[in-house]
Amino acid sequence: MAQIRCTDLTLAYDGVTVADGIDFTVNAGDYLCIVGENGSGKSTLVRALLGLKAPTSGSITFGDGLTAKEIGYLPQQTEIQRDFPASVREVVLSGCIGRFGHSLFYTKLQKDLAAYHMERMGIADLAKKCYRELSGGQQQRVRLARALCATGKLLLLDEPTAGLDPIVSRELYSLIEHLHKTEKITVVMVSHDLEAVMHDASHILHLKKKQLFFGTREEYLDSEIGKTFLGGAGNA
Amino acid sequence: MLEMVFEMFTYPFMLRALGVGVLVSLCAALLGVSLVLKRYSMIGDGLSHVGFGALAIAAVANLSPLKVAIPIVVIAAFFLLRLSENSRLKGDSAIAVISTSALALGVLVISVGGGVNTDLNSYMFGSIYAMSGEDVTLSLILSAVVLFLFLLFYTRIFAVTFDESFARASGVRVGLYNMLIAALTAVTIVLGMRMMGAMLISALIIFPALTSMRVFKTFRGVVISSAAVAVICFVVGITLSYLLDAPGGASVVLTNLAAMLLFSLIGMVRKS
Ligand SMILES: Nc1ncnc2c1ncn2[C@@H]1O[C@H](COP(=O)(O)OP(=O)(O)OP(=O)(O)O)[C@@H](O)[C@H]1O
Ligand SMILES: [Mg+2]
Repeated sequence: MAQIRCTDLTLAYDGVTVADGIDFTVNAGDYLCIVGENGSGKSTLVRALLGLKAPTSGSITFGDGLTAKEIGYLPQQTEIQRDFPASVREVVLSGCIGRFGHSLFYTKLQKDLAAYHMERMGIADLAKKCYRELSGGQQQRVRLARALCATGKLLLLDEPTAGLDPIVSRELYSLIEHLHKTEKITVVMVSHDLEAVMHDASHILHLKKKQLFFGTREEYLDSEIGKTFLGGAGNA
Repeated sequence: MLEMVFEMFTYPFMLRALGVGVLVSLCAALLGVSLVLKRYSMIGDGLSHVGFGALAIAAVANLSPLKVAIPIVVIAAFFLLRLSENSRLKGDSAIAVISTSALALGVLVISVGGGVNTDLNSYMFGSIYAMSGEDVTLSLILSAVVLFLFLLFYTRIFAVTFDESFARASGVRVGLYNMLIAALTAVTIVLGMRMMGAMLISALIIFPALTSMRVFKTFRGVVISSAAVAVICFVVGITLSYLLDAPGGASVVLTNLAAMLLFSLIGMVRKS
């Protein structure tokens, strides 16, 4: 049974269709990469998967023990966060908010979980540091740790390397790939960075007003669409 | 001088002013942290002007000021929140349109109503020493509610303030929390504006959070510091106003400004 199954999805804002004919499945352990031009509806699809945007038609179903609330989401950085006074620990802990019920303050279980994920993301020594004073790469690790606090099953990342330099981006991709391989976490990621995508992804979803392609990485590399989109640049 | 300070605490009107002032300042500061960080501080300003219009109408129609103003301002709060959520820039100018219109309406109503110039003055600039027993009771209830909700939902308020999308995705009902904060802000503003005046009340919301952000770098630090700064500034401000025979609201705001300068200085020294 698939973790996520989208059936003939149509996404629209105020009656204007952004993308339609979206039809794909994500199984446990997959690494799905969503590609497409600016404005092709990638972020809208992500929001739909999270239940933040209702699809105009079609359906999204969750299975294999996954519910929408259990998705570890890594949204794009917002303007507000750039000068927000918060410690790394506070940010990571807030990932526990949807789990383990509601208590007045964070429980020992939640604190341990946060500490564990900070350790894994290599930011344990930054716990007391101010989030806004970190480098872009460190901030993304903090947000990744927060997403991990929210899930043990599926990470949903919207352009996690936007604004990072190539070296830091590569580090982040290998961190994600490590989680995918060793922890068997399913990864669904929006990315513009085709080279990295072609290395790590198991499946590709290509959007452009409608769903242009869905299949495995190998099928994509062989397809006309894949060849045109990659333009010879990232032919791994 | 110390004698005068002691003497000050023997007057019932002074004790009422202190009681209401400290409680309202505390609520305003706590709500202010979330509003300032979400860049919603314009809402506080807009609401105080709507509150002024509502109080003016209540005065002329000879109705209980709080019973008219609280519902109107709460409704306005939901409306302004909706505007700010939709698109930030347009929202800002829309709030300005609403708040100046409400202000103009209030001035018009008062002048047509005739002969209520002392009221106009007290709504504009506050009458800190005219707090009634009803004001004291209401501000006690309000602050109990705000403190209780703030403690109860502290972790969620952080999540909603820091990252709405993430909080929403985690199943937090973000809209509900935004509305809760807006409604509590509306009540705080109505209670506070009779004391501080429509022109000055939003200072109580904005100053403590901005001041604390100069020095503190964690959310918890900013929250605790804002509460402390708000209470201390109010007590110091009103004491100065009593000693120097200066207007109360203005003294409190200027004390807040002094605190902000002090914190900025501390922040700068720390950095270098
Ligand atoms: N809240 C909104 N209201 C109305 N239209 C929107 C809204 N958000 C996005 N759109 C429109 O929907 C389309 C798809 O936007 P979306 O953000 O999903 O694209 P994207 O593929 O993520 O692009 P990018 O690569 O730039 O992030 C765009 O044309 C955009 O203008
Ligand atoms: Mg996008």
